[in-house]
Amino acid sequence: MLKRLSTAPYLLWSFLLIVVPLVMVLGYSLIRTGPGGPEFSLNGFIKFTDPLYLKVLGLSVWIALQSTVLCLVIGYPLAMIMSGLKPSAQRTTMTMIVLPMWMNFLLRTYAWIPILGRNGLLNGLLATIGIPPLNLLFNEGAVLLGMVYNFLPFMVLPIFTVLIRMDRSVIEAAQDLGANRLHVFWRVTLPLSLPGVVSGVMMVFMPAVSTFVISDLLGGSQVNLVGNLIKDQFLSVYDWNFGASISVVLMALILVSMWILGKTDKNGSGVSFF
Amino acid sequence: MSRWLQKSYLFLIFTFLYAPIAVLIVFSFNDSKSTSNWSGFSLRWYAELFQDDKILSALYYTLAIALISSLISTVMGTFAAFGLSQMRGRFKGFVLGVNNLPILNPDIVTGIALMSLFVFTGTRLGFMTMLMAHITFSTPYVILSVLPKFKQLSSEMLDAALDLGATPWYAFRKVILPEIMPGIITGFLMAFTLSIDDFVISFFTTGGGVSNLSIEIYSMARRGIKPEINALSTLMFLTVLLLLFVINRRSEKGAGVVLPKTDTLERM
Repeated sequence: MLKRLSTAPYLLWSFLLIVVPLVMVLGYSLIRTGPGGPEFSLNGFIKFTDPLYLKVLGLSVWIALQSTVLCLVIGYPLAMIMSGLKPSAQRTTMTMIVLPMWMNFLLRTYAWIPILGRNGLLNGLLATIGIPPLNLLFNEGAVLLGMVYNFLPFMVLPIFTVLIRMDRSVIEAAQDLGANRLHVFWRVTLPLSLPGVVSGVMMVFMPAVSTFVISDLLGGSQVNLVGNLIKDQFLSVYDWNFGASISVVLMALILVSMWILGKTDKNGSGVSFF
Repeated sequence: MSRWLQKSYLFLIFTFLYAPIAVLIVFSFNDSKSTSNWSGFSLRWYAELFQDDKILSALYYTLAIALISSLISTVMGTFAAFGLSQMRGRFKGFVLGVNNLPILNPDIVTGIALMSLFVFTGTRLGFMTMLMAHITFSTPYVILSVLPKFKQLSSEMLDAALDLGATPWYAFRKVILPEIMPGIITGFLMAFTLSIDDFVISFFTTGGGVSNLSIEIYSMARRGIKPEINALSTLMFLTVLLLLFVINRRSEKGAGVVLPKTDTLERM
């Protein structure tokens, strides 16, 4: 009785504000407002197959993939270096990685505008050595930079956590058995750290593929991502049915990528992956 | 890798992470609007910031919503976690699955879903809808941080207290509460920081002139560079430093939060 009573408020809340809204999005994606009221239609999804929109989806996935790979390539060595430090230095570097995350996400992204702008700091520096101003802002490169800047800690933290929990004796055993450092890394450290890599990849890819803030602020109107498309349907075009269809596609995309990642994790966490 | 190479790599990364923040802070004291030329020290952007009614009202809404939503979600989440810890089987799995939805779904989907609900039911978008949205996305984090504490709790302790003549309420306060308190505090801090930092979900669920700091920064930033934002960032950064200092002193005693999202996802 007591347990029912104590869970009841949240059960009701999560049904009304988590389940019902998502069912509504699914519903909106499957109807269209016809002359005689709403009717079942796959119009939203069919509209999305227009090359114009598929291109937006393609670009979003492509930029998100690029930023995920960049975060991994930059973040993995960083996590390795950090895991080799003294415990006190580990704590300090960890705090320093996390600290910027505590600052407002929009401010962190905004901070790049005065640096990359045409009259910004970087172009000012370039001018002193005689290089004419470059267009660094409002393009895909700027959006990519913004993503790596914002999401790098999401990659570093899980990898770092796995690395410091790793059983050192396994590495020593490999060394004793005559493996060189590269071999130890490829055959022992990397496969064992894969769970960390998988959650890092998930935590970077997910926000990167669905963002509209970074592309709005650093891409100007030049970079249109899936997030921007959804936002526009709901807030300026008012085609909610189409917006809901795109959202469903986005959710499906994330579910599929999580499923794929889950599979790699299962294959990789035990024995050698390569 | 040699020590020297490692140190330079760390230095490079930290320059990348902190350069933008440093630029914002330095140029918040710049006398002119420029962000490439230094034209003298001045506090004028701070003065203008505090005369900006929009920013002040956004600050008020940010704090009010963060405080109310984190309190409500902590209470509701703690009770839900207690009930869930007593449950078994498929129903519990289903509830936890629903609970994970707002954590795993992209913010934009949560945002438009809630907006659809509010608009469909004719609820006027504003303070209340934003508050409800914040409670919705923070309670799952509270549940996930309190639930493990209930699992660790031994039922003998409660039985012993009751056998020794404690009333259920007294036993709850003196036996159960101290054990689960670290989880509750972690959950509350998570809810609070998530609420303060949220932009996307607030953006879709507010209206009628009610905005939080994130929304205000977004609309200011889209209109171009405004030095008041630099002043605001500096103040917010200092506040965060101070807050972290306080939390870290606490966390030496056990309850620590690093990053709500990473912490939770790792435990899932």
